Amino acid sequence: MAVIKLKRPKLSWYEHLYLPAIIKGLLITFKHAVISVFGKATGSKELASSGLGVTMQYPEQKWDEHLPEYYRGIPALVTDEQGRERCVSCQLCEFICPPKAITIAPGELKSDDEWAKVEKAPKAFDIDMIRCIYCGMCEEVCPEQAIFLRQDYAMTGTTRAEMVNDKDRLYQLGGVREGLINKWNEVK
Amino acid sequence: MDWVPLIITGIKVFFFTFVVILPLIAYSTYAERRVCAIMQDRVGPNRVGIPLTLLGFKKDLSFFGLLQPLADGLKGLFKQDLTPGHVRKSFYWMAPALTAIPAFITVCVIPFGSNVNLFGHDVKLVIADIGAGPLFVFAIASLSVYGITLAGWSSNSKYPFFGGVRSCAQMISYEISLGLSIIPVLMVFGKLNLTDIVTHQSEKGWLLLPLWNEHGSIFSGDYWAHCGPQWLLLLPLGISFIVFTTSIFAETNRMPFDLPECETELVGGYHTEYSSMKFALFFMGEYAAMIVGSAVIVTIFFGGWSLGFGLDSALLQTGEGAWKWFAGFIHLGVFLAKTIGFIIFFIWVRWTVPRLRYDQLMKLGWVVFFELALFNIFIAALIIAAPHIGPLLTLFVGVPILLALAAIMYFITKSVESKHKVNIT
Amino acid sequence: MEGLFFYAFSGFAVIGALALVAFKNPVSSAMSMVASFLGLAALFISLNAYFVGIIQILVYAGAIMVLFVFIIMLLDLKAEERKTKYNPLFLVGGVFIPLVFLIQLCGILPHVPNAEPEPLHLKESARYFYDQEKEASKEEQSEIHKSLSKGDLPDVNLIGLTMFGHKGDNETIKTPGYNFPLQIVGVLLLVATVGVVALSLRKKTTGEPEPGDPDSRPEP
Repeated sequence: MAVIKLKRPKLSWYEHLYLPAIIKGLLITFKHAVISVFGKATGSKELASSGLGVTMQYPEQKWDEHLPEYYRGIPALVTDEQGRERCVSCQLCEFICPPKAITIAPGELKSDDEWAKVEKAPKAFDIDMIRCIYCGMCEEVCPEQAIFLRQDYAMTGTTRAEMVNDKDRLYQLGGVREGLINKWNEVK
Repeated sequence: MDWVPLIITGIKVFFFTFVVILPLIAYSTYAERRVCAIMQDRVGPNRVGIPLTLLGFKKDLSFFGLLQPLADGLKGLFKQDLTPGHVRKSFYWMAPALTAIPAFITVCVIPFGSNVNLFGHDVKLVIADIGAGPLFVFAIASLSVYGITLAGWSSNSKYPFFGGVRSCAQMISYEISLGLSIIPVLMVFGKLNLTDIVTHQSEKGWLLLPLWNEHGSIFSGDYWAHCGPQWLLLLPLGISFIVFTTSIFAETNRMPFDLPECETELVGGYHTEYSSMKFALFFMGEYAAMIVGSAVIVTIFFGGWSLGFGLDSALLQTGEGAWKWFAGFIHLGVFLAKTIGFIIFFIWVRWTVPRLRYDQLMKLGWVVFFELALFNIFIAALIIAAPHIGPLLTLFVGVPILLALAAIMYFITKSVESKHKVNIT
Repeated sequence: MEGLFFYAFSGFAVIGALALVAFKNPVSSAMSMVASFLGLAALFISLNAYFVGIIQILVYAGAIMVLFVFIIMLLDLKAEERKTKYNPLFLVGGVFIPLVFLIQLCGILPHVPNAEPEPLHLKESARYFYDQEKEASKEEQSEIHKSLSKGDLPDVNLIGLTMFGHKGDNETIKTPGYNFPLQIVGVLLLVATVGVVALSLRKKTTGEPEPGDPDSRPEP
């Protein structure tokens, strides 16, 4: 690493007084105060501010339409076009999950199911949202593209049990996803 | 024994501390947060209001978060009051009170307004109208250092102790320039009674704004015939004002000088080990000191409760110089407005000027302000004495002596400084 | 009422002084000394001597004792508190000196007339002390005269007058004042301060640290 030696600047007598510099600083803060009171602070438009400074008043104003495509929110399970579970309970997500938020009980499809011979499905699939860190590794690792991070971010509960998303709730959150890999799709 | 004056004094004590100063403290914490937020392009606390939704209404009344101080106070009261096991208990419990009490006692000499005539009693709007007002403020305010120092020491922990020692050294250093800087002002007034000082200013113009006197405003010729060396005096008085205000900043441990509680180095400073209401008492003491400091600055330099610009004479009763019965209320409002303006100035400076290093702080106090305040006394003395000793003596003896003094001070400081200079490249 | 305050504050001062001797912890002792000073200042103020009382707080309680506390806090207090060397000579000294004072008190007290003391006519005596004739002439009144006519006692101005003297209208010295002795005392104090600085300054011209220098100790 190169060492850069800096010389202290030589101050003139005018700068040694410090008072002009302090007054300049006071004027800068005052300018900021005036601008932010009138709602013209830099970036207030882009950040959808409430009119005072650049801050957005959260519950009244939300940033939903500004959320980027790649936003990582609550993880959820999805079904395909025909309503079949995509998850085959391979448990890769359970193993990769850094905070160990995912618990899967592997199971089989019911014997009268059309695909019972071919595919498996989880018996239970719990994601503990208190533990989840929204890293998105489950989504990346899933070979079946069954788990996705949604754009929702406001998940609350009053008890610990409420904060655990079970299989039904995960499918309800995730809904249907189309146009992905369709391994066993007859139509294809 | 006459009970009426006693009862009136009791009412005044209650009114000025509980109705004026305590809400001012509460709302200056709120103003601090709102003003700093606005300066930093944020919003600040704007939520706490009346929670009508708890009663089944659709919306809360937030009033711009004006109930925030109340919520803060409740939080302070209901939080767990933790006394660590390793502290010196008696001093640990005493310290917050020792910080808060002196600040509240100093309120008693501040003239909040002129006289109010109520139910046949002429009531002065000052608790104790004693003949040594500014000295009383300095004396009592200098006691508040014990609270901070003892808090740091009794916590029996490293960083609070550093904070206590820092504040102790800082307050002693700046008390000197505080006391010296006000001497030119007292030479101009010739009196120490704060009420008299304000009355003097209401007649002859504020100390830093001598735009009028008893003969009219600057636009009339009579003013110039009677103004004397008032405009020349603005030089020493301006220096006094800067030194005094900065020293008040240092005495109240406000931002450019808040090394006793600087978070980056000392965790929290002298109150690191404190919690709940004891911690809140330190803050109350600090803000009360700030309010009293700005009240003193307003009283001495900006005409206290006087309306100024010759408007006060409209409130005078014809004849003897007594005020009309409602004059006191108008003056109280004017005084509070000025004081609040200065509190906002304090906040403004806090969120603008970065913190000094400790050696810079000591250098500013001992090398710059001490000498400046001392020299300032000589300037003021020469200007005041000039009409008495004549122009010849002034120009050929007074001014050269002053210049020689300035040169000696400057070169002594320079030589000492260059001897101890640390080479920073 | 005044009597009540007198006993309260003198009790405060005496208890502070006793606690100063009794406490083993130096910081407690210093704080009780501050309390004693405050009680004393309150007594001065109740005697109408505002200036003296305030200076008592400003100088002793607010500056000197702060420095004491500052130094004491930097000491090893545990070692101080453990020191319990008992010396019988202390007891003898502690008994002897109060005994002398007690005998003195017993000698004086019987001669004091046991009557209600007359209230001090401070304002009248001050009026007598200064500008009697100016009151008659009514022109260019001094600050002292103005406060007196309002009914206040301008103790600060009177102290200044006594200290620095005053010249009458016809340039004759009315009260000589103590201006010159005061300046001399000031110079004396300055000499003492300079001496302290000169004695306590360590010389570090050679660049080599002295053996007693704490900076020269090897790092552990």
